[in-house]
Amino acid sequence: MVQLECNDVCLGYDGKTVTEHLTFSVSKGDYLCVVGENGAGKSTLIKAILGLNPPISGSLSFQGLTARQVGYLPQHTPVQRDFPASVGEIVQSGCLGKSRLFYSAAQKSEAAAQMERLGITHLKNRCYRELSGGQQQRVLLARALCAAEDLILLDEPVAGLDPKVTKEMYEIIADLNRSGVTVIMVSHDIAAAVKYATHILHLSHEPLFFGTKTAYLQTPVGRSFADIGEEG
Amino acid sequence: MDDMTVFQILASKFQYDFVRDALLVGVLIALCASLLGVTLVLKRFSFIGDGLSHVAFGAMTVAAVVGLKSNDMLLILPVTIIAALLLLAAGRNRKIMGDASLAMISVSALGIGYLLMNRFSKSANVSGDVCTTLFGSTSILNLEDYAIWLCIFMSVIVVGVFILFYNKIFAVTFDPDFATATGTNANAYNIMIAVITAVIIVMAMKLVGSLLISALVVFPALSAMRLFRSFKGVIVFSGCLGVFCSALGILISVVIGSPIGSTIVVVQLLAFIVCYMIGFFTKSKG
Repeated sequence: MVQLECNDVCLGYDGKTVTEHLTFSVSKGDYLCVVGENGAGKSTLIKAILGLNPPISGSLSFQGLTARQVGYLPQHTPVQRDFPASVGEIVQSGCLGKSRLFYSAAQKSEAAAQMERLGITHLKNRCYRELSGGQQQRVLLARALCAAEDLILLDEPVAGLDPKVTKEMYEIIADLNRSGVTVIMVSHDIAAAVKYATHILHLSHEPLFFGTKTAYLQTPVGRSFADIGEEG
Repeated sequence: MDDMTVFQILASKFQYDFVRDALLVGVLIALCASLLGVTLVLKRFSFIGDGLSHVAFGAMTVAAVVGLKSNDMLLILPVTIIAALLLLAAGRNRKIMGDASLAMISVSALGIGYLLMNRFSKSANVSGDVCTTLFGSTSILNLEDYAIWLCIFMSVIVVGVFILFYNKIFAVTFDPDFATATGTNANAYNIMIAVITAVIIVMAMKLVGSLLISALVVFPALSAMRLFRSFKGVIVFSGCLGVFCSALGILISVVIGSPIGSTIVVVQLLAFIVCYMIGFFTKSKG
């Protein structure tokens, strides 16, 4: 079942085109990894999917869900580094899109369930800024799952994490994907993309490739990463 | 015996309505400013209080020159709100320009304000007037009834907005992109915060004067952040501390006859130092 369909989309901001002729689709249960160098339009694509920055032309449409039902794991902002907030407060805020002003009992138990799922229940009353990088990512991931369980969109989820925690994070994401969550991940890490993803979208100023992982590894650009992937 | 005399002085001062009014208004303004301060500090808008109060000062002098002396609020409030919207919007879109444009607007308003006062004021003591406007004055001690009611009304609105939209304010402050992506109109909340900021600044000008408003906004939030690790804890403690420091400052200044604004600021500073020390020692213990 197709959840997100992107048809000949042209993306950009402030009137500048960043990438064009972008065509791909994401089906339920897929693990799509979007790779490409800086400036290739990865962040712009995320903003377009979230509805923060609509495409210049082309169509980007959801089926069976709305843009509001995408769980988003953003990159860290400087504001968050010293923000006084408990883990519970942050995870709970993921439910905000569904609630009017106050959280219902169902939403509170939803937040508790997502914390349990990611193994951070014991951190509930801890302060976010005192957690390790990996724990912080789990908190934000739990928040994303509170917002939407069908499709999650991860923006560089392992940026700044050490190798061991990076591997744990990838395993968590792979587990979520196995349990039926559709994953779209933007990453620099092509080796990990090749290892975990089912589909790859390689962006440049024009899309270089979209297809399954197996097909990607047959292309010249994909083949150069195949060795790294097998080692990882 | 010493304690007795302090209480006696307080008792004698509190016979007067204007002292009680000043205490009420001071506490309410401090409460609003300290609630809002948490959001502003966390959004890196600490200086907005400073900049807006200078704009309000400029608007006040213009109002005086064009002869709006008795209802100068009609000019000051809209001008300050517009400035707040411009600054908060600019700060969001162009992060580098944010503090530069703030500095530019605030000194321009201060310069124009002083120039106007100096050229057009009919008062005999211009520098005295300027000093009064900048550092607060005894004007809080002769409040008109409508000013007191306006202050009560605005405080109820601000506190009500904070309780009602508490969760939204948290989400928009912590992560505006995520909030927008999940369907909260972050922009609308930014505008709301900008407008409330402007209103509080204009009200607070009477209490501590243009130059010292930042203290009311920034100190309680910073003190609370030393001690508390949840957003709720920080907000609640910040509000309580703001009220406590403001009340204590006003009482001290009534007893020893010091200027109200600077007394409150010094009390805020001392409270911050105490909170900093407590935070430092509890942290090092683990």
